[in-house]
Amino acid sequence: MIRAALAALLLLAAPALAEVEVQEVTSPGGIDAWLVEDHSIPFTALEIRFVPGAALDRAGKRGAVNLMAGLLEEGTGDLDAQGFAAARDALAAGFGYDASDDAVSVSARFLTENRDAAVDLLRRSLVEPAFTQEAVDRVRDQVLSIIASEATDPGAVARKTWDAKAHPDHPYGRPIVGTRDSVTGLTRDDIVQAHRDTLVRAGLHVSAVGDITPEALGTLLDELLGDLPAASEAPMPGDAGWSIAPSVEVVEFDIPQSVILFGHEGIERDDEDFFPAYLLTHIFGGGGFESRLMEEVRVERGLTYGIAAYLAPREYAEALLGQAASANDTAAELVDVVRAEWGRIAEGVTEEELEEAKTYLTGAYPLRFDGNANIAQILVAMQMDGLSPDYIDTRNDRIEAITRDDIARVAEELYRPEDLSFVVVGQPEGLQPTN
Amino acid sequence: MLKRLAFSLALLAAPAAAQPVDDVTTFTLDNGLDVVVLEDHRAPVVVHMVWYRVGAADEEPGVSGIAHYLEHLMFKGTDDLEPGEFSRVVAAQGGSDNAFTGPDYTAYFQRVAADRLGLMMEMEADRMRDLQLDDRDIATELRVVQEERNQRIENDPSALFSEQRDAAQYLNHPYGRPVIGWMDEVESLSLEDAVSFYERFYAPNNAIVIVAGDVAPDEVRALAEEHYGPLEPTADLPERRRPQEPPQLAERRLTYEDPRVAQPYLVRTYLAPERDAGEQETAAALTLLAEILGGGQTSELATRLQFGTGEALNVGAFYNGTAYDDTTFGLAVVPAPGTSLEEAEAALDRELASFVEEGVDAEQLERIKTQIRADEIYDRDSVRSLADRYGRALTSGLTMEDVAAWPDILQAVTGEEIVAAAREVLNRDRAVTGYLTGPGTAPDEPVADAPTPASAPMPDGPASQEVTP
Repeated sequence: MIRAALAALLLLAAPALAEVEVQEVTSPGGIDAWLVEDHSIPFTALEIRFVPGAALDRAGKRGAVNLMAGLLEEGTGDLDAQGFAAARDALAAGFGYDASDDAVSVSARFLTENRDAAVDLLRRSLVEPAFTQEAVDRVRDQVLSIIASEATDPGAVARKTWDAKAHPDHPYGRPIVGTRDSVTGLTRDDIVQAHRDTLVRAGLHVSAVGDITPEALGTLLDELLGDLPAASEAPMPGDAGWSIAPSVEVVEFDIPQSVILFGHEGIERDDEDFFPAYLLTHIFGGGGFESRLMEEVRVERGLTYGIAAYLAPREYAEALLGQAASANDTAAELVDVVRAEWGRIAEGVTEEELEEAKTYLTGAYPLRFDGNANIAQILVAMQMDGLSPDYIDTRNDRIEAITRDDIARVAEELYRPEDLSFVVVGQPEGLQPTN
Repeated sequence: MLKRLAFSLALLAAPAAAQPVDDVTTFTLDNGLDVVVLEDHRAPVVVHMVWYRVGAADEEPGVSGIAHYLEHLMFKGTDDLEPGEFSRVVAAQGGSDNAFTGPDYTAYFQRVAADRLGLMMEMEADRMRDLQLDDRDIATELRVVQEERNQRIENDPSALFSEQRDAAQYLNHPYGRPVIGWMDEVESLSLEDAVSFYERFYAPNNAIVIVAGDVAPDEVRALAEEHYGPLEPTADLPERRRPQEPPQLAERRLTYEDPRVAQPYLVRTYLAPERDAGEQETAAALTLLAEILGGGQTSELATRLQFGTGEALNVGAFYNGTAYDDTTFGLAVVPAPGTSLEEAEAALDRELASFVEEGVDAEQLERIKTQIRADEIYDRDSVRSLADRYGRALTSGLTMEDVAAWPDILQAVTGEEIVAAAREVLNRDRAVTGYLTGPGTAPDEPVADAPTPASAPMPDGPASQEVTP
């Protein structure tokens, strides 16, 4: 009974359209932002990205941008760290500061009734951070603690090992937090320089969603960001390259379950084959229970709790990556299955797999646009990817247009079992390292 | 301030603020199924959740982990659905689905386009009564659960530490057992264990359906009656009564040493009352106490130990009052370089004593209350988290009235009541104090020079005792 009903529904699963209207706003001072107005809840979610981010760390100063981002909420002008926190809390505003290699991120939310005061406080943290020596030393100790902890965290060790092999001569090859030596050596001047290098109007992306008009947003942008310098003083990073020779590397670690990373070079976000590659990789290792990897590794064999593969197109390098974890006595089997599946996906997909993936991806897309905070994050990510607002309306059509021939062609180029590398952290039994 | 899991706009740990009541509708079907509807018409999306009033704390001794294992098996098919078909159908609608198990609840949910709600109800109603399990599927899934335990617990010293502390905290109550189960018991869970647990607890009169999103209450009622209405209730649902804790007469202490620990820290948990139906005042005071002691840069412990004496790198306080039985109030200190765990603990006790003498800073309390009020606005941005809040409350013995009353109860708490709650609860004779250390971490050795070690620099409260499939 149920199955009959389902079959009917599968056919008419026409996706709803995302009901968001993006307005492109330019402030009187010339700062661009994307806005979705929604006055049903009296607050605004704001997302800001300064591009690039920690990839601008100067030579020998790895960790400077990360530490700088952590210090933005540690005081400004006559407000020390606690004074700043008290002022923010009294306004019931929320500010978040974070750094990745590709961006310094600022996320904020504030009530309409407190908007002006909240924006002024946020401005002070971005434009006039105090970076007192006391705060630098205190937060530096927090970072050193994180660095020490990551040294014994198998997931962090796996990523660090992978990145160092992939990009030995680029900031991507070294952890964003820096090393114990580099962070210990950072001075207040280094932090000031990292701030000057990254928080600039060139490479700025902004989105706002919620209870705010285009006019009010324009004013806000100039107040908040108008006093930042126009451009960075730092030399822009170059391409990160790709240096991993196909290999299996084992990092010995006394843990019961091996952590496994795998992959090879990927595809650029603006490559014309990105859409087929994305769909293909969804079929191979996308989230949820339906991917080939989940089916073969978890459902069929019980070798892992979770396994996924994904495209990671970044500003200076593109990767096709996967990860999983498996008990030491089954890790080698998992590696074998991944290799076999990597070869099988290179031969393309079935018509049924293609249709299921299209149905899922086109149906899921409009569901992402719920909530001011979610929408603001989507919009700023689109800007970082170089997309225009009409992408929202055309994206599903581009997915629908992909044929099995497209997939077959891209699969053969993109998935190359002979280039596959593994980094395994643990004590995998019977797994032969190749270097 | 930097934390590994840094970005947190959630200013308050879990204040369980309710949405303005006019957006909430509830009704009960004839078979005892409770239904809650939370309206949000901004996007054509709906979250459909089924919460069962059963969790790991309702397991019999010897089969720890059976509630969670059953949750995995609920995706393995019914008389009408093939194994895995449930999730395939949801995905074919562009939706996502998952489930999670806690000490007091087991919950299943889907997020789909609003016009697919009926299909979700059809499938959830089907597996509420007609689960059908096959030997091979369940054996493979048991390996998956063991890998989940490896990933969440065995590979993570701070999770093992948390498990040991919980076991020490509860001598008699099943909250002392991990939700995912002890590994040796998980390994021997059987089909019969799962089926008997399922037949005992999965019934419409032991469940709550929560629908949140772009729906109208009338439409939800009609769909619920169509799909869930025909299900027979279970006549003899077991009374929900777990073994309770005997009076704790002596302080309990433990040190967990693990070579993977790079950053030592200490956690103290005190046995504490939870929110009770019609009687949430003490829990409200403790909720505010946790904010006052450990909520962010201006908290008492941050002011005193991070910014004041510099003895701590990080501090935290946590209290989750939404539980069926007695819960815990927790404090955590990550010592600064050069401060030993013993010194950090002495500093913690010194400052707690001083705080109880000096009382609550009125401005700080007002800031916290302001944020709680603001959260009632911010929380409306995510109906999923609102739905979660109702689900947790209603499976913990609270009523809709309790949920609605909670924000006002929080606002009414006074500084004196907070101090009184602190005096009552912060008693070391009813506490477990745990140290997490690496090997040979000499008491006065600066952290950065410690030999190896590691784990989360900041324990963000009890490793969430919640596991998913």
